[in-house]
Amino acid sequence: MSSHNPHDLSRRDFFKIVSSFVGSLMGLILGLPLISYFVSPALDEQGGEKWIPAGPLDNYPVGEPTLFTFTLTKQHGWEKTAQSYGVYIIRHSDTEVTVFSNVCTHLACRVRWHDDVSEFICPCHDAHFAEDGTVISGPAPRPLDKYEYKIEDGTLYLHLVEG
Amino acid sequence: MTQKPSRTQALYAWLDERLGLTTINKLVLDRKVPKVNWWYTLGSATLFLFILQVVTGIFLTVYYVPTPDHAYDSVNYIMQGVRFGWLVRGIHHWGASFMVLFVFLHMLRVFYMGAYKYPRELTWMIGVLLFVLTLGMGFTGYLLPWNQRAYWATTVGTQIAGTPPIIGPWITRILRGGEEISALTLSRFFALHIWMIPGLMALLIAVHLYLVIRIGISNPPSKDE
Repeated sequence: MSSHNPHDLSRRDFFKIVSSFVGSLMGLILGLPLISYFVSPALDEQGGEKWIPAGPLDNYPVGEPTLFTFTLTKQHGWEKTAQSYGVYIIRHSDTEVTVFSNVCTHLACRVRWHDDVSEFICPCHDAHFAEDGTVISGPAPRPLDKYEYKIEDGTLYLHLVEG
Repeated sequence: MTQKPSRTQALYAWLDERLGLTTINKLVLDRKVPKVNWWYTLGSATLFLFILQVVTGIFLTVYYVPTPDHAYDSVNYIMQGVRFGWLVRGIHHWGASFMVLFVFLHMLRVFYMGAYKYPRELTWMIGVLLFVLTLGMGFTGYLLPWNQRAYWATTVGTQIAGTPPIIGPWITRILRGGEEISALTLSRFFALHIWMIPGLMALLIAVHLYLVIRIGISNPPSKDE
């Protein structure tokens, strides 16, 4: 039963248009929330900042990179997870220290101080860093990251900023 | 006639030549259908609900964890912490009830119209299997939130499954994965709920639809029959 006027919509075309319109609408109504549902944790408030006490400054011998580790408990979805952090603290004087993150700037493995060669070396892809954090060799794109710090009553505090 | 085909027409023609879209369209959508009524849409409605359950179910597994120490908290997280988690779980929850209802109504329609008779007996038998599997989905899915209602409903359900003589206790033990409801029950219900039963259902639905398309829809019974 085709229409007489070529401008008239046939019954078949009408249903084609209505079905694809309703179908797309339903797909959109369900599809957009599903995307939001999947990316949701990435949109949540991340990080924050915190001052971490690293003990008396006297714990750290002058001129020698010393590893200091600490753990923070974080809530991830339905679970609390303990996250461990490591920093190398180099004391220069009674008021000045340098605090390096031990996270390699290449692909986030953890670097280790090697006393015999006086370098930080990453075990994953052999990135070498000098005592001042600069890149000596290997794939690292930038020097080791530094933490801000403060010294109050002889106690060292690290400024942890995330996100 | 001599008009140059548009780009979309050319693309359709290219795909059609390789995939046979026109043939599929003719066989699946342009089938001859007798003059029927709204009761004949229940099968399609059930299929729609099945697809909806599959999609929302897959998305629920992004956050749900089937272990006694996390199941309840992960469902809570879906409801409170995830954007639109309430919607995804809500659709899955209501879709489950509606699916049981629609499968049953579909079955009643086929029964009262006598549409299960020759040559559609196989379609009917597969449909009965699909009905039972749908109930199985409801039963296994009910335990997953791991709350009091889930726990006790499964206690009762598996106890009922144990009522036949001799083999009864075995059925209960197999369902529970041991003497009592435990982590093993939860993980096996999860496996049944997301892999085994829906996989089997998808297969049977494919055969069911093949038969519907191959044999066609029956006429509504008339007076002189």
